[in-house]
Amino acid sequence: MKLTLRVWRQRAADADGAMSTYEVDGISADMSFLEMLDTLNEELILKGEDPVAFDHDCREGICGACSLVINGDAHGPERTTTCQLHMRSFADGDTIDVEPWRASAFPVVKDLVVDRSAFDRIIQAGGYVTAPTGAAPEAHATAVPKPDADFAFEHAECIGCGACVAACPNGAAMLFTSAKVNHLNVLPQGAPERETRVLDMVAQMDEEGFGGCTLAGECATACPKGIPLVSITGMNKEWLRATRKASRR
Amino acid sequence: MARTVWDSSVGKKTVMAVSGLIMLLYLVVHMIGNLKIFFGPGEFNHYAHWLRTVGEPFMHYEWTLWLIRVALVVAVFAHATSAYQLSRRDIRARPNKYVHKKARASYATRTMRWGGIILALFIVWHILDLTTGTVHSGGFQEGHPYQNVVDTFSTWYGNVIYIVAMLALGLHIRHGFWSAAQTLGVGSRNRDRALKTVANALALLLTAGFLAVPVGVMTGLVS
Amino acid sequence: MTYTEYVTGEPIADTKAPAGPVNERWDTRRFEAKLVNPANRRKHTVIVVGTGLAGGSAGATLAEQGYHVVQFCFQDSPRRAHSIAAQGGINAAKNYRNDGDSVHRLFYDTVKGGDFRARESNVHRLAQISVEIIDQCVAQGVPFAREYGGLLDTRSFGGVQVSRTFYARGQTGQQLLLGAYQALSRQIAAGNIEMHARTEMLDLIVVDGRARGIVARDLITGEITSHFADAVVLASGGYGNVFYLSTNAMNSNATAVWRAHRRGAHFANPCFTQIHPTCIPRTGEHQSKLTLMSESLRNDGRIWVPKAKGDQRPANQIPEDERDYYLERIYPSFGNLVPRDIASRAAKNVCDEGRGVGPGGQGVYLDFADAIARLGRKAVEEKYGNLFDMYARITAEDPYTVPMRIYPAVHYTMGGLWVDYDLQTTVPGLFAIGEANFSDHGANRLGASALMQGLADGYFVLPATINDYLARHPGQDRLDAQHPVVQEVLAETEDRLNLLLSVDGDRTPDSFHRELGELMWEFCGMARSESGLRKALERIPQIREEFWRRIKVPGTGEEFNQSLEKANRIVDYLELAELMCLDALNRAESCGGHFREESQTPDGEAERRDEEFSYAAAWEFTGTGAAPVLHKEDLVFEYVHPTQRSYV
Repeated sequence: MKLTLRVWRQRAADADGAMSTYEVDGISADMSFLEMLDTLNEELILKGEDPVAFDHDCREGICGACSLVINGDAHGPERTTTCQLHMRSFADGDTIDVEPWRASAFPVVKDLVVDRSAFDRIIQAGGYVTAPTGAAPEAHATAVPKPDADFAFEHAECIGCGACVAACPNGAAMLFTSAKVNHLNVLPQGAPERETRVLDMVAQMDEEGFGGCTLAGECATACPKGIPLVSITGMNKEWLRATRKASRR
Repeated sequence: MARTVWDSSVGKKTVMAVSGLIMLLYLVVHMIGNLKIFFGPGEFNHYAHWLRTVGEPFMHYEWTLWLIRVALVVAVFAHATSAYQLSRRDIRARPNKYVHKKARASYATRTMRWGGIILALFIVWHILDLTTGTVHSGGFQEGHPYQNVVDTFSTWYGNVIYIVAMLALGLHIRHGFWSAAQTLGVGSRNRDRALKTVANALALLLTAGFLAVPVGVMTGLVS
Repeated sequence: MTYTEYVTGEPIADTKAPAGPVNERWDTRRFEAKLVNPANRRKHTVIVVGTGLAGGSAGATLAEQGYHVVQFCFQDSPRRAHSIAAQGGINAAKNYRNDGDSVHRLFYDTVKGGDFRARESNVHRLAQISVEIIDQCVAQGVPFAREYGGLLDTRSFGGVQVSRTFYARGQTGQQLLLGAYQALSRQIAAGNIEMHARTEMLDLIVVDGRARGIVARDLITGEITSHFADAVVLASGGYGNVFYLSTNAMNSNATAVWRAHRRGAHFANPCFTQIHPTCIPRTGEHQSKLTLMSESLRNDGRIWVPKAKGDQRPANQIPEDERDYYLERIYPSFGNLVPRDIASRAAKNVCDEGRGVGPGGQGVYLDFADAIARLGRKAVEEKYGNLFDMYARITAEDPYTVPMRIYPAVHYTMGGLWVDYDLQTTVPGLFAIGEANFSDHGANRLGASALMQGLADGYFVLPATINDYLARHPGQDRLDAQHPVVQEVLAETEDRLNLLLSVDGDRTPDSFHRELGELMWEFCGMARSESGLRKALERIPQIREEFWRRIKVPGTGEEFNQSLEKANRIVDYLELAELMCLDALNRAESCGGHFREESQTPDGEAERRDEEFSYAAAWEFTGTGAAPVLHKEDLVFEYVHPTQRSYV
């Protein structure tokens, strides 16, 4: 396959960026999208040019590092992570636009690499259960109904890639935040911090400069792990409940 | 609690949802009242008069109406202010657009902001036209709403403004009702289809119900 | 003196494990270990490198205890450490199934599975702690799979006859890691941990014989900084990426452990690498990494190849009697569930015979037709849905209708920094936990034991043992960047990076990495021979020399420069690879994941030679390309007596 790539190049956070055009040839349909970029980078290095910087690590769709907007879609045309997108999804002669995640809470570091530490701070605000090592009761002391456990798991699957923010017309982090709130709030282990968790995480989310939710649904469509839009509804419910309870205290 | 709600993006959405639902409830009542126009000036004008005497003798003349008006003004103001502030936040959160443009979300979702502005402007015109009569075409007659309505829909621009606004209203309700349900946390996977159906039905019903009046005037059914 | 003319130095021994019955040693050690007064803990700084299962859990726990923790990861977030990719599960001797499991059985299975090359006291402790890990993780909200009654579900896993593996669909590593990450996040928010993400450790600072800090590079700005502490904990993972193609993440690397080795930490059993039998075969030259399919698939999938060589028919056109279910044939009692090393080697053998399937004949079938017929598609989907989806996405084949193709790939490294019972390396104050150390898996790791070990080390072992070290060294001199030793380490690091940038040759970092990896896979992979290893040992110094002549690294050191990061890691692979081959050459026996062609039984099974090799090989660094010194730690088996492993 022969392809034309238009890639966002930006030397550093404070530098101006622009799309640059590259031609790549000899691309196999079995290559992953990132392997295609590897091929481009090998050529650029030998030509003495700066290779395209992009985040990636596990390349099996679980670490959440890879983060490219391909032809306007976060993670590209398939519902998966960029690393699991294969070139068979494209046709010979295609022109492909590659851009970084766009959101003011995710500033560009270089080229296609963005800073997603805002997500870490949302988790730090309350996305945990306070269970110091050694203090745990016997695992079977509390049975968790299977539907609750499954519900928790479904939300815990979030890989923190940020595709939801990248896809959202408002740059909102509602789906990310709601995934963690739902995961922990449904479990008996998460119950004692149920109210503070959702209030603090939502407050931190706002603090980081993410947008609000207009329920456009783009986040859930882009989510490689299939976190459903209704997850946001669940968080809203938790938030209202917590607000009411907090006002009674 | 008020502080928490107003300071949070989720809280402001709650304000929008609640105020939106109040206005929606009003619109349903309003539309049903409007349909009385098809039963002639007598019934319609009588209904309009009754609106002023609701609650008597407990309430004084027009008290109830004014209470409703105040509630509506508060709702509109809260809805618009939240919408404005949230929109500002959203635009700030996403200052750089993608070079590769893509059509996003459904039509109803994308037109919420413009639709809202259209509706706000419409409300102003609508009040000046049929409540105060300030911009009414032809002689506005206090206490004769039937004739006033017929006059408004006898002008081409009256019809255009009204029809555009009602279509915007339909779209706004379609996304807004479902959206409000999500914001208030009553949506769920099992209920999603039902909520969407209700939203679509409400949108359709209100648009059709409101549009029936100008159509009635245009076709001569109401004159 | 050439590299292969190494000498054997003084034997090395673990002096920390107490004497006495194996099941009492951990209690005894915890009691004997000195404690640090809670009020004094915040005066101690501990550096933790890595935020995977071991590092994340250690950082969180040390911070909970009151220490000041300074933690590093090269990823953009601590949540992305490669532990996240572990699929299958985590072992624990809970015996919830009442199927005869016990701490002793897990201990026994692990020692035996490791082919009698692990230390009994460490393994027993691991088995004891396994039960606490599950409790801890459940308390954190880890959503393990549950049964309808609401209790935890378990399954049997890779070569084990009891169901002791706890799991969270095919994403157990992710869920456990997020649990640790969340605990870590709580401590970061509380101000007890100073977290440095996108910061890579490039060297160790040893002052007066003690580990006192690290030199690290901020990957965004390129700034090289020094960080000081009273103890340094390496939780930087394994070194499987020496092979270029492995199931490790692209950025997993050996720099932290190798630099520590260069500063005096002995490296133990570097040749013990695990080749995982169920990975997706490679598709071509462009392949950048290999993807593992959880070996839980072997619980229900049947492995076969055509009986005839070069049979090119599609799988479903090959009749039943022309298929060779070779694992079931050779190992009737374990069948498809034989340990990883055996399954891998068997796959290699049938492919070497010319019976491999798929492009290049480097693959065998893993067939679910029987399982789907027996359990129904829905049940199979429930169990393995995400793995099947992943396979379909990568290969564009539907595993529900066409058998999967699998082939072994490098997956885990049992070798690592030599540590004593306290997990302390030969450099006082330097600890190594998780895959970075060599301690618990011997020559072969059992499935679902890596997660167990990482968390055991991080949550329970290290926090107990590091107290002892810190209590014994309460008042160490304050260090600053002006200290001559620190200056020297900083200068060395800067010089190395500058040299990489200045060569301006004509080969990319990846081209060297790939060349080294192919060499290692051929000569130090699934089967090793003296002649092959000698060839590799001759070739590696040549590649290294060529590397420093022809490497091309674009850009500068004062910016985000992924090529520079990569090239710097290859510098260390080029030295570590040499040691791996030397260790493999030295160990002229077959054991676990290490198969020497010269040492096999008449029917082709691995043959261990206990009388000569019942030791852990701890290597001491003497200089790049210079012969290292071998220190042997004799392994004593008081409870599990070595037998030739037999899975027939």
